Amino acid sequence: MSSELLFYKLGMVLFVFAASMVVALYSTYGERKIAAFLQDRIGPNRAGPFGLLQPLADGIKMFMKEEMLPEASSKWLFVLGPCLAMMVALTTGVVIPWAKPIMLDGQPFHFQVSDINIGILYVFGVVSIGVYGIMIGGWASNNKFALLGALRASSQMISYELAMGLSIVALVMTTGTLSVNEIVAQQDAGICNFVYQPLGFLIFLICAFAETNRAPFDLPECESELVGGYHTEYSSMKLGFYLFAEYINMFISSAIISCLYFGGYNFPFAHEMEGILGENMVRVLGFGFLFAKIFGFIFLFMWVRWTLPRFRYDQLMNLGWKVLLPLSILNIVLTGLFLMRNELLDLIIK
Amino acid sequence: MLTQYAFYFLSILAIFSALMVVFSRNPVHSVLYLVVTFFSIAGHYFLMNSQFLAMVHIIVYAGAIMVLFLYVIMMLNLNTDTEPNKSNWVKGAAVVTGGLMMLILVVSTKSADQLPIQKALNPNIGLISNLGKVLYNEYMLPFEVSSILFLVSMVGAVMLGKKETY
Amino acid sequence: MERLTNRSKIVVNKQMTLAEKMYLPAIANGMVITLKHLFKKPATISYPEEKRYIAPVYRGQHVLKRDEAGAERCTACGLCAVSCPAEAITMTAAERRKGDEKLYREEKYAAVYEINMLRCIFCGLCEEACPKEAIFLTDRIVDVSGNREDMIYGKDKLTEPMAADKRIDVSVRQTQEVLDFKQNKAFGHNRTHLDLAKYIQQKNHH
Ligand code: SF4
Ligand code: SF4
Repeated sequence: MSSELLFYKLGMVLFVFAASMVVALYSTYGERKIAAFLQDRIGPNRAGPFGLLQPLADGIKMFMKEEMLPEASSKWLFVLGPCLAMMVALTTGVVIPWAKPIMLDGQPFHFQVSDINIGILYVFGVVSIGVYGIMIGGWASNNKFALLGALRASSQMISYELAMGLSIVALVMTTGTLSVNEIVAQQDAGICNFVYQPLGFLIFLICAFAETNRAPFDLPECESELVGGYHTEYSSMKLGFYLFAEYINMFISSAIISCLYFGGYNFPFAHEMEGILGENMVRVLGFGFLFAKIFGFIFLFMWVRWTLPRFRYDQLMNLGWKVLLPLSILNIVLTGLFLMRNELLDLIIK
Repeated sequence: MLTQYAFYFLSILAIFSALMVVFSRNPVHSVLYLVVTFFSIAGHYFLMNSQFLAMVHIIVYAGAIMVLFLYVIMMLNLNTDTEPNKSNWVKGAAVVTGGLMMLILVVSTKSADQLPIQKALNPNIGLISNLGKVLYNEYMLPFEVSSILFLVSMVGAVMLGKKETY
Repeated sequence: MERLTNRSKIVVNKQMTLAEKMYLPAIANGMVITLKHLFKKPATISYPEEKRYIAPVYRGQHVLKRDEAGAERCTACGLCAVSCPAEAITMTAAERRKGDEKLYREEKYAAVYEINMLRCIFCGLCEEACPKEAIFLTDRIVDVSGNREDMIYGKDKLTEPMAADKRIDVSVRQTQEVLDFKQNKAFGHNRTHLDLAKYIQQKNHH
């Protein structure tokens, strides 16, 4: 591995890290502002102009809070839990192509940390690991409420992972590749995968809500009524990590939804504009468009949170297992039939 | 060079964590060490250029099966204090079975060099498209049979999980 | 059963239609409603900088008035405490000593006078009851506090300052109409026992 490549990869990693952090940081601010606007309030406006320094103030507050380690808990695992949650949230961004390769001196400059040819599986694998952060944290707290919260959270996440995976299977059938990069590149023609997979998109979106533990699936936390869920015993920045990981997850899942179903960095009339603005300019624009899509989805996440009430737990399980799972299987069958339509027609004619 | 270091690192990690699975007194720690073992084995798959297998290994074993294990163990609330002392009879049985296992391992590794080595394997067999082609052409029957096996076990699990209404 | 009004709705436990069961239309509906609120003017204000309109006769923190010479008007008669529906007022009466005429207008005065601002409902009945025009509610807002003890206001916080320029103006509440009203003997509660005796005499005379 040449040192140039190493530097470039390191730079990309830093970029993804910084982007996730900054977006997540300002999502917390955005969440509070949007919540306020949806409820006809003003929202945070004290720290800095328009309250823009609010996330920093929150961060400082989190750091200054008293650090507590439950006496009888398993210390290592107690610390490992939030670290794992944070780490898993940050590693997913690796496979997302942020922009079309930009040409510098005839050298393509890829805006992606790694183009694994099984990118989707990678995402899925990392997501399935995400449960551990919650389970370990809940168990290590040595508190029955935290343990119950962890079990509640993990069974929710496992249940919705299935439907999510199956909805991706249908997508993979239409695209014929597991690489996120290629899937985005295929949507270059202007028609995004959403058109082919409306049902799959809907299932994926709902599952993304459940996987990120956002309302209406925020039973793991239940800020408003239960004993706080799996992070009952957590305080200070360890709690901050859990909360922050949720926002990073939201950012990353928005990015993945935009890439898989809404064309990623592609945007309408890109080819026409290439003649006017030049190739690289259009690609930079595409980068902006991807972020616009991501912010759109983050807004959707928040909008839903401040609109819908929470599910009851049995309703949640029923929705996951009895509605979304059969629907996603149906989606696979329909997609299969659609893909084989010519062969089927031949068969009928014969 | 780099891959070699990675290989040694992963191997040591795998063996260490596998041993820790057996040695740790707390079942939850055992499960977590097992997860680490699975990860290091997935790393080995990566080194062998079969990313698909590696990812599926992580998703299925670490991401699903071990979570369920952890789930059950947490629910049972086993800890070191409640672990009963094994009787001498059980200990003896464990020694005998372990010894037998050891014997088989030693014999099989000794005779490993006599096995015909299948050379002409495509080094890219682990890549998903190649793997898919092989699975669905050459090994169609075993693949489908194993899926039927899964289906049967799934039906069985549902049957067990149902309330008895008769 | 006969219906009493035509506004009542008959409740039926009908099965949901398929569209309703999918919940998606309902969810979309709800989302539209919240989206509309996104563009509405906020109902709240940034309080300490912006203030809402307060009526001139707003009933806020009380004041114990002094007369023009600076003597306290209150005579510790206890009528305010009796009239208070929240039982927020307590006081201890004391006799005025020689030389204190400048401080207390009446012979008897309130040595301790406390209003518990956590109990007070700012109804203004104490003001109405006071025969000496001693207590008034003003448009000042009671400050918040971190503990309950601070919310019991004693004479130090209630009596108005002596200095002429720091006097608290209650003319908006004590208008001529109010004074006239208080003098009007046609209302039973404005009559003292002397008035009552006069009234009975008049009646017998007839
Ligand atoms: S404030 Fe008025 S009513 Fe109350 S004790 Fe003093 S004089 Fe009497
Ligand atoms: S305003 Fe009403 S409640 Fe408050 S002290 Fe006066 S009489 Fe009592």
